Amino acid sequence: MELLNHLALGFSVALTPINLLYAFIGSMLGTLIGVLPGIGPVATIAMLLPTTYALQPVSALIMLAGIYYGAQYGGSTTSILLNMPGETSSAVTCLDGHQMARQGQAGAALATAALASFFAGCVSMVFVATVAVPLSELALKFGPAEYFSLMVLGLIGAVVLAHGSLLKAIAMIILGLLLGIVGTDVNSGAARFAFGIPQLTDGIGVVSVAMGLFGFAEIITNLEHTGKRELLTSKISGLWLTKDQFRKAWPAVLRGTGLGSFLGLLPGGGAMLASFASYALEKKVAKDPSQFGKGAIQGVAGPESANNAGAQTSFIPLLTLGIPENAVMALMVGAMTIHNIQPGPQVMTSNPSLFWGLIASMWLGNLMLVVLNLPLIGIWIKLLQVPYRVLYPAILLFCSIGVFTINNTNFDVMQTAAFGLLGVIFVKLECEPAPLLLGFVLGPMMEENLRRALLLSRGDPTVFLTRPISLVMLLMAAGLLLAIVAPNIRRKREEAFQEE
Amino acid sequence: MAFIRHPKDFFAGLLFIAFGVAAIVIGSSYALGTAARMGPGYFPRALGILLIVLGSVLALRALRIQGTAVPAFKWRPTLIVLGSVVGFGLIVEHAGLLLSTVCLIVGASAASHEFRWKEALVSGVCFALLAIAVFVLGLKLQLPVWPVFLFGTH
Repeated sequence: MELLNHLALGFSVALTPINLLYAFIGSMLGTLIGVLPGIGPVATIAMLLPTTYALQPVSALIMLAGIYYGAQYGGSTTSILLNMPGETSSAVTCLDGHQMARQGQAGAALATAALASFFAGCVSMVFVATVAVPLSELALKFGPAEYFSLMVLGLIGAVVLAHGSLLKAIAMIILGLLLGIVGTDVNSGAARFAFGIPQLTDGIGVVSVAMGLFGFAEIITNLEHTGKRELLTSKISGLWLTKDQFRKAWPAVLRGTGLGSFLGLLPGGGAMLASFASYALEKKVAKDPSQFGKGAIQGVAGPESANNAGAQTSFIPLLTLGIPENAVMALMVGAMTIHNIQPGPQVMTSNPSLFWGLIASMWLGNLMLVVLNLPLIGIWIKLLQVPYRVLYPAILLFCSIGVFTINNTNFDVMQTAAFGLLGVIFVKLECEPAPLLLGFVLGPMMEENLRRALLLSRGDPTVFLTRPISLVMLLMAAGLLLAIVAPNIRRKREEAFQEE
Repeated sequence: MAFIRHPKDFFAGLLFIAFGVAAIVIGSSYALGTAARMGPGYFPRALGILLIVLGSVLALRALRIQGTAVPAFKWRPTLIVLGSVVGFGLIVEHAGLLLSTVCLIVGASAASHEFRWKEALVSGVCFALLAIAVFVLGLKLQLPVWPVFLFGTH
């Protein structure tokens, strides 16, 4: 019954007109950028972070969260109609969704995606609400040694589950940690790596890092390619499912929701991993796997429910442990810090209306999306006809204004451009920027906990191994690393990402 | 350089080594302290060493395993895009939002191979009006709309 009380509190916060408005703005913006290729949730959230200064913290977080799950809805629309994923998390939806559209079933595919997402959103909200309380109670017992080990586990987990070279990803984390500690050292007051620049003594802004590495670098690499896109302008009719389609789709939705909710919890998890895993699972359990890739409705229903469930449950580690598990969550840490909220288990007790309000708003946002999205599809398609050559300068403009107004100084703009250049270099060298961003936001926390743990143990590093919870977490991190190095699991992992 | 079999990894390794060395060299003036009482130099030094180790492994391994070449670095879009952003940052306080937005949009549009003068100018003016409506009138941010040297600060 405690759960009901919590949710009642949450809805009382989320249902205030102002918060409803921000949930609406967030989910609509999310859908918009989900539809538009070339700008993802990370860059958008970075772009809008500065404008949330003036808002109440809960409204700000509600809007930013809306962008993340809204993008999952928008991304599936373009996957189905254009065979072009607006977001990586809906890349697998292309495989069968676009085939359905080619067979004149675009309406059914879109309806499946929307309803599957909504169902997953409802279930995972209850899941978040149930798991959050015990997890944060456990986390409150953590000392600095446990926290340090937890962060090690979180960071290692994030790179093991992501794709690409493991060695590079770990190096990117370390580089992120290093960039994260630029600025004044809280313990000694010494300015580190600030080069006498006053703005740097406050540290590098998370907005600059994210916008440069994800926003600018992406635009520049897009400009190097000169492809044309194909628009499937066939009329969309009958936004509903036949009985037979419904019967086929719902078990896939159930499996997708379960799998997505679970994978969203893991470090490095979230929407993208969930959708890929769900597609693989559907293919495996199907009676006739040969139908996949030719318009199997399960291939839409499963991944679409999984990516939405994963997007929502990935808030759990952030809200209960204070550990971001993907790049979007890393930016949410930035958003909370701007509003002087230290993410972690204490949020739930010290700021219950923020915590439960955010969770309730996710359900409301999902409801708005399912109600508004299907009728609005026409508008989204119109938007897609805006050529990229008009679109990207506008994105650059909003990024530049956003980053300038953080402190009203052009230093931040230069800094963002510098990260843009670094981002282009990383793209050329195939270094994923997400681990860097995770390291970046965790840097100061990690140093602080390492320092405190070693201070308490009088400099004895074995403290991380003698405290049981810490030991278990470090063993898990080591296990993950070993598992990935072992050849047969490595092959499996590469296969899983083959679908991309 | 035929002995570098995996150029992407090799240069990534060099990049990490460079960052690691920079961290240690620049950080050499910060007090190290001891493990129990860490100074401001302790953690960065540790990270720098780790980066050098990881970078070296990457670079050395790249001499042995096969990989693809680093794609050519195209300076044009990079310079134009980043240049117009930097330009915007430099002039916005003085030239006002209207003029600097038009400059940014037209300048950045030139990076595309489909660049058209007229279209870029029109979209520049449209987005300038939108930006003024959203940021100055809507969000009430402190940004001048008109050039300061012509109309004063407000």
